[in-house]
Amino acid sequence: MNSPHEAMWQKLGLNLDSHNALLQVLGGAYNDIYLNQKNRPKGMEYFDFVLSEIHGQRIQELLDEQAAGRKIIGSYCVFVPEEICLAGNASLVGLCSGADFAMEEVEKLLPRNTCALIKSTFGFRLGEVCPYLESADMIVGENTCDGKKKAYETLGTILPKKNLYVMDIPQMKSVEGRALLRGEYLRFMKAVEKLTGVTITVESLREGIRTVNTKRAAMHRLLKLRAADPAPISGLDALLANQVFPSDNPARFTDSINKLCDELEKRIEAKEGAFPAKTPRILISGCPMAVPNWKLPAVVESSGAVIVGEESCVGERSTRNQIDDSGTTIDALIDAITDRYFKVDCAVFTPNNDRLQHIKEMVKAYNADGVIHYGLQFCQPYLMESIPVERALEDAEIPCLRVETDYSMEDMGQLKTRVEAFIEQLR
Amino acid sequence: MSSERFAGIDIGSRSIEFVVVDENGVVLCSEQRDTGFDPVREARELVAQHPHDLLMATGYGRSLCEVEFDCPTVTEIKAHAKGAHASISGASAILDIGGQDSKAIALYAGSGKVKKFEMNDRCAAGTGKFLEIMATNLGFPLETFGDAALEAQEEINISSMCTVFAESEVTSLIARGADRKAIARGLHYSVIRRAAGMINRISDNGDIIFTGGVAKNRCMTTLLAEHLQRRVLIPEDPQAIGALGAALLAMESTQG
Ligand code: SF4
Ligand code: SF4
Repeated sequence: MNSPHEAMWQKLGLNLDSHNALLQVLGGAYNDIYLNQKNRPKGMEYFDFVLSEIHGQRIQELLDEQAAGRKIIGSYCVFVPEEICLAGNASLVGLCSGADFAMEEVEKLLPRNTCALIKSTFGFRLGEVCPYLESADMIVGENTCDGKKKAYETLGTILPKKNLYVMDIPQMKSVEGRALLRGEYLRFMKAVEKLTGVTITVESLREGIRTVNTKRAAMHRLLKLRAADPAPISGLDALLANQVFPSDNPARFTDSINKLCDELEKRIEAKEGAFPAKTPRILISGCPMAVPNWKLPAVVESSGAVIVGEESCVGERSTRNQIDDSGTTIDALIDAITDRYFKVDCAVFTPNNDRLQHIKEMVKAYNADGVIHYGLQFCQPYLMESIPVERALEDAEIPCLRVETDYSMEDMGQLKTRVEAFIEQLR
Repeated sequence: MSSERFAGIDIGSRSIEFVVVDENGVVLCSEQRDTGFDPVREARELVAQHPHDLLMATGYGRSLCEVEFDCPTVTEIKAHAKGAHASISGASAILDIGGQDSKAIALYAGSGKVKKFEMNDRCAAGTGKFLEIMATNLGFPLETFGDAALEAQEEINISSMCTVFAESEVTSLIARGADRKAIARGLHYSVIRRAAGMINRISDNGDIIFTGGVAKNRCMTTLLAEHLQRRVLIPEDPQAIGALGAALLAMESTQG
């Protein structure tokens, strides 16, 4: 079982045995969950390929760019602006991971009641299985939830290159909060310049903004097409596109999404769908789902419903709202960037009423019949907020199910019963 | 014209219930047995013994039946709502405490449709299993455990929810010579508190239908009504409600 990429992985310092084990699990899950779907659009072949080469060709590509002087910046949150990275001749890659790994080692460093996303971050580092993490020149942490904030203190000590940069993030949508974020973006810009040795100019920053705007626009085009009944694409496939969004080459990604959309538009015209018309439609809301976390969507879509939207950072929260690129000074462009990111309605903010409003808007826009609130076990911000979310939806007479789960397969039976019962309610 | 028969099977982790109704939904037979080590064999026997035209499966083992008998399935939530509403109409919530799990379901009072639900299926505390273990610990037969608890003059508060810790708490209380009946009452109360928490999250007034094996325990029904200050109603055969609901849903599926 020799992969052509083994030499590269070895050079990056990956543990080949563990890494092979991980790839096998990943491949198996992908086969079972993705390739078994019916009526998939042809345009998904690109994403199948990207996923099969997620630790292969894409890494090779990044390393080649790195050899030519470009830098790689890894991040764990949608608050880290890709625009600034691109302007400074760096690629941004998402580092969040969706699988448990090396849990025994992880629990030496983190309390058991830490969310799976954070544990997984540590597991991938300690297990030496993430080529993105190992190849990154700079890793950006951010002060969002308390779990991440404190975990970065420890993560900083176990990164081989000791290259953690921590960004502060406000907790309130106030004038002071915005000023804090803006100041942090300026500081980040300086840090990127220092890392790459490239001075960011009005032109390069505007170019960065345009590239990401185009990518977001393509993604949003895809998301809007899901409003049709029958839904032209499964929630699993749309999730995959969202998951690839932060790490793929932006131009190629944009192009592939647009091609997929062309195909979906034809499908909609022909009234073809991934599922039959009148299939119950679900909006997922809550914590992000990183590759290969396909657990809840797989349960939902094998129980007779289709997912038509993700109110999540792997989803709508990272693809909506564009950045005004008309500014003629760095200051003006940084202002515009701040304006966009300051609208992200993550549950770490208080109060966060915009999110409640936004969920209801999405239900309407995507013709959803009900909402499943997805909370990772031990995720305080989202689990706490799931109750006001449920109340707000009840007041609007929108059925809502709150689920709390993790990456393990232990609760599959219970999860399936809850989801099936909820779908019965919608019929 | 020979009448049609519709069967419902509810495969739980501890027991299997089987109910057959006629085309008017009248119960023709109802049988229960332990799930045992081979639930499929038990189910096969039940299915073979009671002739029927259509079968619907529910409960945690419903997918076993789907494979074995190629029959439609429904979750225990919907099945309980159907069965309970057919037995006693007008209630606003159902509390089901079975051998190894418990659930609370809020209903639309008129239609009996599911409005919301909560499930506890991760731990034995708050289920029939908890009471069973505690009855053994205190030396009461399970059948009279509730009656003994009702006779208590006082109630000893049990602070541990977890079965394992509650067990050692009980052991040390016995060692200190505490009244066994008072301990029993305290144990019942701890299950009630958990159940009440579940109900309160989904429904705050109206009658409650109590189903599952634990509904046969008089102390549980009394304490539940007292604690919530709501009327608690027990259907005739509380353990068979899920299977009855499945049978009725099988019947409805053929009547358009
Ligand atoms: S959920 Fe919050 S912390 Fe997580 S990626 Fe989104 S914005 Fe960042
Ligand atoms: S899932 Fe919740 S607890 Fe985990 S990192 Fe995200 S916000 Fe923090």
